[in-house]
This record gives sequence, structure tokens and C-alpha cells, in this order.
Amino acid sequence: MGPLIPQGIITGEWDFVIALLLGIAFGFILEASGFSSSRNITGAFYGYNFVVLRVFLTAVLVAMIGLLYFNYFGWIDMDMLYILPTYTTPMIVGAIIMGFGFVIGGFCPGTSYTGIAIGKIDAMVFTGGLFLGIFIFSEAFPLFSDFYYSDNLGNVTVSDVLGVSDEVFTMIMVVVGLTAFWATWIIEKRVRKNINPYKFE
Amino acid sequence: MNTNIESIRKPRYINPYFGGVLLGLLLLLTMYITGRGLGASGAVKSAVVTTVDKVAPTHTENSTFYSKFISDSHSPMFNWLVFESLGIFIGGLISGAIFGRLKKLRVEHSPKITPKTRLWAAGIGGILFGIGSQFGRGCSSGAALSGTASFSFGGFLVMMLLFGTGYVVAYFFRKLWI
Repeated sequence: MGPLIPQGIITGEWDFVIALLLGIAFGFILEASGFSSSRNITGAFYGYNFVVLRVFLTAVLVAMIGLLYFNYFGWIDMDMLYILPTYTTPMIVGAIIMGFGFVIGGFCPGTSYTGIAIGKIDAMVFTGGLFLGIFIFSEAFPLFSDFYYSDNLGNVTVSDVLGVSDEVFTMIMVVVGLTAFWATWIIEKRVRKNINPYKFE
Repeated sequence: MNTNIESIRKPRYINPYFGGVLLGLLLLLTMYITGRGLGASGAVKSAVVTTVDKVAPTHTENSTFYSKFISDSHSPMFNWLVFESLGIFIGGLISGAIFGRLKKLRVEHSPKITPKTRLWAAGIGGILFGIGSQFGRGCSSGAALSGTASFSFGGFLVMMLLFGTGYVVAYFFRKLWI
């Protein structure tokens, strides 16, 4: 029964081999889907290419439904699954800053690594920026450490906060996802008629 | 409009829904094996901590932030996310080679802006993403994707607000892209 490493079924010495292999698969999927190009990625914000939305939402839905089934069949102990902690206000602020970074920079960290891999200088500069940004944050940390740790709700799930069960939440996400796939398909067709065809690189 | 079909060099990308299913299955496999999801920004944080620790070891010891990631037994680079991110690079390299996108160094930019403008924007975007990912407890991979998929409320919050902000502010930065 999973998860395998926390249960001790796979021992810790395999950790980094597994990390490398899973990372290779991750990078391959990101690059093969077109995420090594910033102009593909930002297409989701201007309506000419919704590949980010399609890949991202499909992945979330598949993983959520998969987890529910794994739990139902008793293949995974959900109590041993890491739940990202929630610090409400700092995370809202962080996500808004990242939203600006996404539209201005055109990459997110994972996609910029695949951009570097195929020779994009803009991806290298983006990753350099990441390094600098985290450095600035770390040096300035004493100034806002109280804020950083504020609003700590602990490792809460959506059902803990909103009161909807994981199953209902997944169902809602599926409906939202399918609606978004349909709507963006129509938007994309219209936008592509009106903008100059852009050259993929 | 006069569309010159040949001017659009269509690269061979996999179907996005197929890519999404693969990514979802990979995320599920990762959670099944390791008990947690995928990530990306953590590797850069390890690199920052390692660099600062090499340059100014007493500074990192005294800092409430750096000291969280320093251990006497091993380097901060000996970390799950560092190996995983190295994998992301290798995976991108393999895919790029297979699909013919592995080419000489280049700057990809909208024809309406210069390469220099693009690089400035990329650098500023990276800095913002770096800062934001620390407050957000992860980036689009660690918080938005993996967090939401494991039903974390914080992950869901980051996903909604990251993309939501993107849509709200996209208009003001449209000249960079369209």
C-alpha cells in the first residue's frame, strides 16, 4: 500500500534516483506539450493558444480522480499524503506576485528549465531572475517574517475549509474543466482568425 | 485575411489533452511513490542557500530563513527537488532532441519587441516569480498543480489567484506578446 517511500516499502537510498527519473518524465511532458516556449504559454492569457489551460487542468483532474480511486481501493493511505499547508494572506500575496511574474516573464520555474534545455536565452534569464528573486526574499526575510508565518491554517484540505467533500469538489472541478475546454476552444478559433499567425519557435 | 500557411512553422507538439493525461498520471505516480507531488522552484532555493552559505557561512547561520535549510551532515543541494529539477532539464533535452527543437542559443520574442526588451521582461518576471513562490509556499508545480491535486486548500488558492491575476493584468502587458 502506498505511498511507498513514507511506508518504507522503497528505502530512502532510492530517493534521488526516483527523483531524477520522475523529473525526466516531467520535463519530457512539459517540453513535448510546448511549454518550452513562452509565447505558447502566454497564449492562454490572450486567447490565441490555450495549451497551458488544457494540459494543466487535465492533469489536475486526472490526478484528483486517480487519488480518489486509489483511496477507494485502499492502495494509498491518504493520511500519509503531504498536504501543502495554508497560510491564507501570504499565499494570496504570493500568488498575485507570481501572476505578474507569469505574464511579464512568460515562464514558470519548471517550464523555464525545459526552455533552457532547448537553448532559449530568455529562459536562462528567467531562471537567473528566479535565483535573484529568492535571494532578495531571503535577505529581506527579517522584515516580513511575521507576515510570512501569519494566517496559518495548518495542512488543511479544501473540504476542511469549504465543507465540500473531496468527491463533490472533484465533480465541480470536472464540470468547470469541461466547460473551460469547450469555451476556450471557441475563443481560440475566433482569436486566431483575427491575429497574425505567430511563428512557433 | 491573407494567411500564408507556409509562414506558420507548426512544430510537432503532442496533443495537449494527451499531455495533460500523461502529466496527471505522472503526478499520481509521484504521490503514490513519494507521498508528495512535483515541484520546481525549490531547486533554485537550494541553489541560493548553497551559494550564500559558501560565500558567507556565518551570515546563513545567523539568518532565521537560511538556517532552516542548512544541515551539518549534507549540502542543501543534496535535496529531492534538486535531483528532480535536474531531471526536468534532461527530460526537456530529450524531448527537444526527439521533436527537433534542440537548436542553437536564441531569444524567443514577439516580432513587436526587441530581444533586449524580451530579456528584461524575462528577468523581471523571474524575480517576481522567485519572490512570489516563497510567499506562496511553491510555484505553479509545487503549489498550484500538486497542491490542488492533493486537495490542499492553499494549493487551490494559489492556482486560482495565480491564473486569475494573469488574466486581470494581461491587458497591461499585451505589447510584450501580441
